[in-house]
Amino acid sequence: MKHTISVLVENKSGVLARIATLFAARGYNIDSLAVGETDDPTISRMTIVVNGDEKILEQVEKQLNKLIDVIKLNDFLNIEHIERDLVLIKVKADKNTRNEILQIVDIFRAKIIDVSVNTVIIEMTGDEDKIQAILNMLKPFGIKEVARTGIIAIARGA
Amino acid sequence: MLKTGAEIFAESLLKENVKVVFGIPGGQVLPIFDKIYDYRNKIRFVLTRHEQGAGHMADGYARSTGEVGVCLVTSGPGATNLTTALATANMDSIPMVAFTGQVATSLIGNDAFQEADTTGITRPVTKHNFLVKDVKELAKTIHEAFYIAKTGRQGPVLVDIPVDIQRAVTEFEYPETVDIRSYKPVYTGHAGQIKKAAELINSAKQPLLYVGGGIISSNASLELLKLAEKIHTPVTTTLLAIGCFPPNHPLNLYMPGMHGNYAANLAFQNCDLIIAIGARFDDRVTGKLTAFAPKAKIIHIDIDPTSISKNVFVNIPVVGDAKSIITELLKYVKKKNNKEWLKKISEWQKTNPFSYKKDSKLRPQYVIDKISQITKGEAIVVTEVGQNQMWAAQYYKPKFPRHFLSSGGLGTMGYGFPAAIGAKIANPKKIVIDIAGDGSIQMNIQELATAVLNNINVKIVILNNACLGMVRQWQELFYKRRYSAVCLSKPDGCLAMDASAKRPAAMIPDFVKLAESYGAVGIRITKKEDVESTLINALKIDKTVIMDFIVEEEENVLPMVPAGSALDEIITSLA
Repeated sequence: MKHTISVLVENKSGVLARIATLFAARGYNIDSLAVGETDDPTISRMTIVVNGDEKILEQVEKQLNKLIDVIKLNDFLNIEHIERDLVLIKVKADKNTRNEILQIVDIFRAKIIDVSVNTVIIEMTGDEDKIQAILNMLKPFGIKEVARTGIIAIARGA
Repeated sequence: MLKTGAEIFAESLLKENVKVVFGIPGGQVLPIFDKIYDYRNKIRFVLTRHEQGAGHMADGYARSTGEVGVCLVTSGPGATNLTTALATANMDSIPMVAFTGQVATSLIGNDAFQEADTTGITRPVTKHNFLVKDVKELAKTIHEAFYIAKTGRQGPVLVDIPVDIQRAVTEFEYPETVDIRSYKPVYTGHAGQIKKAAELINSAKQPLLYVGGGIISSNASLELLKLAEKIHTPVTTTLLAIGCFPPNHPLNLYMPGMHGNYAANLAFQNCDLIIAIGARFDDRVTGKLTAFAPKAKIIHIDIDPTSISKNVFVNIPVVGDAKSIITELLKYVKKKNNKEWLKKISEWQKTNPFSYKKDSKLRPQYVIDKISQITKGEAIVVTEVGQNQMWAAQYYKPKFPRHFLSSGGLGTMGYGFPAAIGAKIANPKKIVIDIAGDGSIQMNIQELATAVLNNINVKIVILNNACLGMVRQWQELFYKRRYSAVCLSKPDGCLAMDASAKRPAAMIPDFVKLAESYGAVGIRITKKEDVESTLINALKIDKTVIMDFIVEEEENVLPMVPAGSALDEIITSLA
C-alpha cells in the first residue's frame, strides 16, 4: 500500500540527511520525497511517499517521529487530502506530430512551455494516475526527458 | 560578560554538574583544552590512550551511576575512533555527551587536515548530534545535548565544535530551561492502557515478567520487585537488566535467550501473558520469532514507541517511563497466587540450572562463580564480549542494579576494560572487576596506562582459552569444527582441534609481563585450587591487577538456543 506522509521538520541543515539515513539504514523504500519551506521559515514540509505493509508503515512513522528534528507527522492514508506532482516532459515534436501532441496537451489541461524545431516541453500538474496517463499518451512520439517534483500533499478543510 | 567558546564550553559543563571528562586532545580542540587546564580543579580530565577507550569510559561512568558520561576528543581520527563507543552506547540507550573538535567553519568541506564529516558519520549511531556553527548557539546546544541524552529513551549525543567557534567570543548566558518543540518525551502511561494491562494481568494464569535495561535506566528496581511479588509472577532479566531483581529470589528466572536460563526460555514458550518492561524483544532473546511464546498475549511497556510491535505483535502497548507506569499498575493489579505455574517453573529450574563440570580442571565458569561468592555480588562487574560475557551473565549474581555492565546490543569486544575504568572512577569505593577473554582484552589493552597512571584500581580477570572462544564454539557446533581464524596462540589451526597439542611455551602476549610493563600487577593462575586464594589476595592489592586464568580451551557456553531455532529447542548438553 502506498502512503503519503507529510512531515513537518525543523528547517536546519542535516535534517534531510537524517531522514534519508533513516530510510536507508532501516531498508525502507522511498517512492518520492519533496521538501520545501512552509509559511514559517523555521519549518520545512517534507512529503514522503512510501510503499509498504501496515507493519512497515507503523515503524516508518514511529521512527520518523523519534527523530529529534521532526515536529509533526501526518499519514494521509485515511485523511481527505489533495496530492499534486509537477512534471516537465520533453517530447520529440516536428511539424508532422506537433498538432497531435497539442491535442493531447489540451485534453490533459497541460501546458506547452517551450518549443524548438524538434521538441516541445510540456508542463503538467496532477496526481500519480494523471501523470502516468499523459506519459503513456506521449510515449509513441518519443519522450526525451522527464523531470518530476515528487508528490506534495495537503489535507483538505480545517 | 563576554566569553570565548572554550570558556562557554567549560562553564556549561559546570552548569551540567559534570565532574569527569574522558578524552584525548588534538589540533582542532586546543582552545578547549587550554580552558580544561584552567578548570582542572573543578572538572577532572582523564587522558586516555585511545578515543574508543574514552568513549567506553564515559559509558561505564554513565551505566554505573545513571549520570551522563562525557568525553572530549579532536576532529577527524579522534571522532572516527569514537564511533564504536557511540554505537555501543546508542544500542544500549546509555546517556552520554561526546564533544569533538572540528576544523574551522571556513574549512569545512574542503578536505582539510584531520577533517571528517563527524555529524554525518555519527548520525546513525547517536540519539542526536549537532554541528555548532555560531558561538551564540553553543551554550544552548550543550544544554540541549545533555537534556536529550538523559531524557526519554536515553542515548549518546554528539556536539561537534569547530575550532574558530571555540575561539569566538560572545555573551555567556546558560538557558534556564530547555524547550525543544519537536522533542517532548512521554513519561506517564496512558491511564486507559494501564487499566487494560491490569485486567489482563489479573486474569492471566501463567504470566511472565520480561524486563530489560529500561528498568535500570528508570531506576525502577524497587517497583518491579513490588509488582512481581504482588502478582506472584516470575521475572526474567535480559543481559542489560541483570542486577535489577534480587538474586536467589524465588521469582528470579535470570537471563533468557540464546545462552539464557532453561527455565526462563521454557517459561516464555508456556506462559499465557508476557509483561515486557523496558525490553525490546531482541533476536538473541526471542529465538525464532514465528515460534516465540505461542500461547502468550503481550503487554509491552516501553518509553520508546518504536520498540513496540517492531518484532512481535503487542496486545497492549503502554508508552512511558517504567517506574511511573509500574507505580500506576500496582494500584490496579490484584494480589495473586500462581502456585501451579511457579511449581512447573521450579521443576524446569531443577532439571536444568546453569551448570558446568565440577572436576579438577580450571573451568572459566568456576572463576566467575568464585568472584560472585567472594564479592557477595556487591562488586561492579563489567564484561567484554563473547564467552566471557555469557559466563559472567550466568554466574555473577549482582545484588544491585548498575552492578553488571555489558555491551549488549552492539556486542563490542574491547568494551569491558575501559568501561570498568569509568565505573571505578565514578565508584571509587566499590570493587570493580572486568571479566575478559584473551581476545577482547587486547582490543583496548592500551588503557592499562590510563588505569595505572591514575591509580585506578580495577581488577582484570582474563579467562584465557587461547582463542576467540565464542566464534570457535560456533565453528565447532555449526561449521564442523573447521576452526578458521580463531586461534590466538598460533598462526593457524587451534589448540582445541588436537587434544594432544600443547600451548606454545611462549605466550603472546604474556599478560603477566604485559601488566608489569605498564606498572600493574600480573598474576597467572593455572590450577583450580589457586583460584579462590588468588582472587582474595588480588582484591586486597590497591593497584590495577591482571589475573590471567589459563582455562579449558574447548569449554562451551551452555545452554544454547542455536540461531534461528525456537526457545524450547534449547541445547542443554553436548554429546
